[in-house]
Amino acid sequence: MGEGPVASPGRRRIVTPGRSAIGGLVLALLLLPLVGGQYAQYVAIQVLILSLFALGFNILFGYTGLLSFGQAGFYAVGAYGCAKLLLLTPSLLFGVVGGTLLAGAAALVLGVLCIRHTRIYFSMLTLAFGMMIFSMALKWRDFTGGDDGLVGIPRAPLEIPGLVSVSMASMGRYYYFVLAVSLVAIAIAYRLVHSPLGLTFQGIRDSEGRMAFTGVSVRTYRLIAFVIAGLYAGLAGALLPALENTVTPPVAHWTTSADPVLATLLGGIQAFAGPIVGAFLYFMIKDVIVRFTEYWLIWLGIIVVVLVMGFRGGVVSLATARWRVHRPGREGA
Amino acid sequence: MTEYLLETKGLRKTFGRLAAVAGVSLGLTEGTLAAVIGPNGAGKTTLINLLTGLLTPDTGTVRFKGEDITRVPSHGRVRRGLSRSFQIMNIFPNLTVRQNLLLPALSRRGRNLHAVARLEDETGANAEAEELLREIGLWDHRGARAGALSHGDQRLLELGIAVGTRPKLCFLDEPCAGMNPIERQTVLGLMRKLSGQRRTTFVIVEHDMDVVFSLAERIVVMNHGEVLADGTPAEIRENRVVRETYLGAEV
Amino acid sequence: METLAFQGVVGLSMAMYLWLISAGLTIIFGVLGVINFAHGSLFMLGAYLAFTFYGLLGWNFWLAIILSLAGTAVVGWVMERFFLRYLYGVDEAYQLLLTFGFILILDDAVKMIWGGVFRIPDIPAFLEGHWSVFGRPFPVYNAFIIAAGIVVGIVLWLGFERTWWGRTVRATASDREMANAIGVNVPRVFSGVFMLGAMLAALGGALGTPVRVVSPGLGAAMIIQAFVITVIGGLGNLKGAFVGSLIVGVLSAYGTLLFPVFELALIYLIMAVVLLVRPQGLFAR
Ligand SMILES: Nc1ncnc2c1ncn2[C@@H]1O[C@H](COP(=O)(O)OP(=O)(O)OP(=O)(O)O)[C@@H](O)[C@H]1O
Ligand SMILES: [Mg+2]
Repeated sequence: MGEGPVASPGRRRIVTPGRSAIGGLVLALLLLPLVGGQYAQYVAIQVLILSLFALGFNILFGYTGLLSFGQAGFYAVGAYGCAKLLLLTPSLLFGVVGGTLLAGAAALVLGVLCIRHTRIYFSMLTLAFGMMIFSMALKWRDFTGGDDGLVGIPRAPLEIPGLVSVSMASMGRYYYFVLAVSLVAIAIAYRLVHSPLGLTFQGIRDSEGRMAFTGVSVRTYRLIAFVIAGLYAGLAGALLPALENTVTPPVAHWTTSADPVLATLLGGIQAFAGPIVGAFLYFMIKDVIVRFTEYWLIWLGIIVVVLVMGFRGGVVSLATARWRVHRPGREGA
Repeated sequence: MTEYLLETKGLRKTFGRLAAVAGVSLGLTEGTLAAVIGPNGAGKTTLINLLTGLLTPDTGTVRFKGEDITRVPSHGRVRRGLSRSFQIMNIFPNLTVRQNLLLPALSRRGRNLHAVARLEDETGANAEAEELLREIGLWDHRGARAGALSHGDQRLLELGIAVGTRPKLCFLDEPCAGMNPIERQTVLGLMRKLSGQRRTTFVIVEHDMDVVFSLAERIVVMNHGEVLADGTPAEIRENRVVRETYLGAEV
Repeated sequence: METLAFQGVVGLSMAMYLWLISAGLTIIFGVLGVINFAHGSLFMLGAYLAFTFYGLLGWNFWLAIILSLAGTAVVGWVMERFFLRYLYGVDEAYQLLLTFGFILILDDAVKMIWGGVFRIPDIPAFLEGHWSVFGRPFPVYNAFIIAAGIVVGIVLWLGFERTWWGRTVRATASDREMANAIGVNVPRVFSGVFMLGAMLAALGGALGTPVRVVSPGLGAAMIIQAFVITVIGGLGNLKGAFVGSLIVGVLSAYGTLLFPVFELALIYLIMAVVLLVRPQGLFAR
């Protein structure tokens, strides 16, 4: 009949963590290079990148109710775009911003097609278009280097013309750069989901029909959410080339799209911090598993199945279940 | 010739071989509370869906305040001053009651796109939502998850969302279904109040004849997708065709 | 000109593999309301099983196919009976996520069991050889594939339209509660349909073993094409799946010939055009 409320992935209201916890965490992240070595910094960068990737994914999934399996496409556009720019002119900021914006543009173009549908159809379309980008990464040799990808990408200095030029040669420097970018991006996302726009997304997730009858063009806002998720995926991807010095087609593969899905599921889709916590857990789990077996994906799959069958709220909702009981009557407006 | 608030000509919608709305021409006058009645499957909901843009008619036109809105999507009609509630409950179940009412208020002010403002700082919209919360008697539940409210409270909330856009014309599809008498009084009271204060014109679909005959100034009787009769309550009561085919011995 | 015609015939046989997998996908969706993301992996599993029995063990071709169908059906049954069944009541996003998890499991599982890439086994003797089509040699095996696809189509159509079983399934598809009320064992129908869909995918995979290499990436490649087909043809619609398969199969064949670099881009382009012009697909219900 097209009247009933749209089923939503979020069964509960979004919960937020305490301030002191955030302060402690940021402090720990700032001090990390002093205690951890190169490898710890490298992994921390990976966690931050996946956090951004998953955070954007969850704005689309947890907040707007659209499950995308093609985010790796935009991640790859960000990565390839940034890599190309870095190869062109060695300026980190230029590369990262450029890669992000390119991903946003790609999300805008493909989004127009994908958001014509919701739910199952939307998920299928995103997977298909994501793989279209993968096939381009693989086959458009002149631009992407095909199988071999792009190599020899410099970790260019952070340059603001006429102002500063900071070398990024050491891992520690790059770590601080990624940390700064991530904190800003996370803060923006936090602000966004608690703004009228964020509430609008949640309204669309809960009931598209009702939302249209508050006078809002649901399609337009779905597209906005899609572009925001694309920008975050692009930013995450754009932080990659300077870290790895190379970009190869697997970044665009659907198995990469599974990363933010899994991180978000692990952490919990109903909490703002869910994807971030999940990104951390994801690397912990991966780190343990790859010590024992090269078949990491099968375990990833088993974890997905277990989470979906039994723990749809993710870790954060388990942790905050108690917390919420102790603070009754709080209003979430 | 009177200027109608909303006017339809030859409105028709078929599902497969079934003509759910089979050529309806109607004019709704500003300030006249109208009721659409008719047996189950008469096409009442389909008619409202056509008028509010949820469905597009096979043939026929819809004009609102003189403008042809036949091809205007739902959200565009809402911006022009139309609104509705749904027969099957349609609220935002995972948001708080307050947030449910904040959404129409934000939309009315064109604030949806604001991505940096805090919700708390939306003073105008918040004030409006709070006023509505009191009016529909859900103030005490403002922090609750909307999906956790009782059935009657959810219906009241949906009514609140529908009038929250401050419509000129508001369709309510069985607003009192499944409500207890107190909740019903809240609904009717709110409708009377808004009709007076904000000059909102209500059109209700209702099966409860007590509600219809006590409230409506005009009654449209539908059957098999067609308008069977159209007139004041007194006229409808006297109408032989209606008595025979629909009201039977009830009235 | 002849090359073009010949390529069209080759495309037809490619279309048949696609038809088999998208038929299963669309039937499962039509009845259960679930999109099985792991359907390509079932196709791949069918290919691996057939390859094992026929290519590695050298058993009879037909026996290998039957065993491959049976094996895949069992895997499908486990997926539906012990996992999917418990998710019908929750948001469909979780059903998608579950089957997404199955892709990861199945893809890695075949890697664990069978390792990397394989050689292609010989074509069974009775299907060897060529016919002359448009003056070019046309492999008998391709003709066999085309025939098989058409036969499956006819059997499916007859099965759904003309048998008691088909009527039961259609009744369940259009109204679960009603079907349940009139005594249909809905859970069993669901399991049965899921297994049927799995077997169709497996058949597509198994039939391809003598002509194409099986590799762990096969499942993903197939499911993407099947998605494109269902988007073009309309979700849940068998006729749409058939026509969509023909379009994608034949055009990919021409694409390989005309623009080898952007062969894949071509089908996405068609999908994009269909989305813009007819968002519900060519044969939407
Ligand atoms: N989307 C649809 N697809 C097919 N048939 C429909 C659809 N919507 C309504 N119908 C049919 O159109 C007819 C009119 O339905 P409608 O919901 O408008 O009736 P109604 O007067 O609102 O009835 P009720 O009092 O039960 O709400 C019914 O026979 C219904 O089954
Ligand atoms: Mg109705």
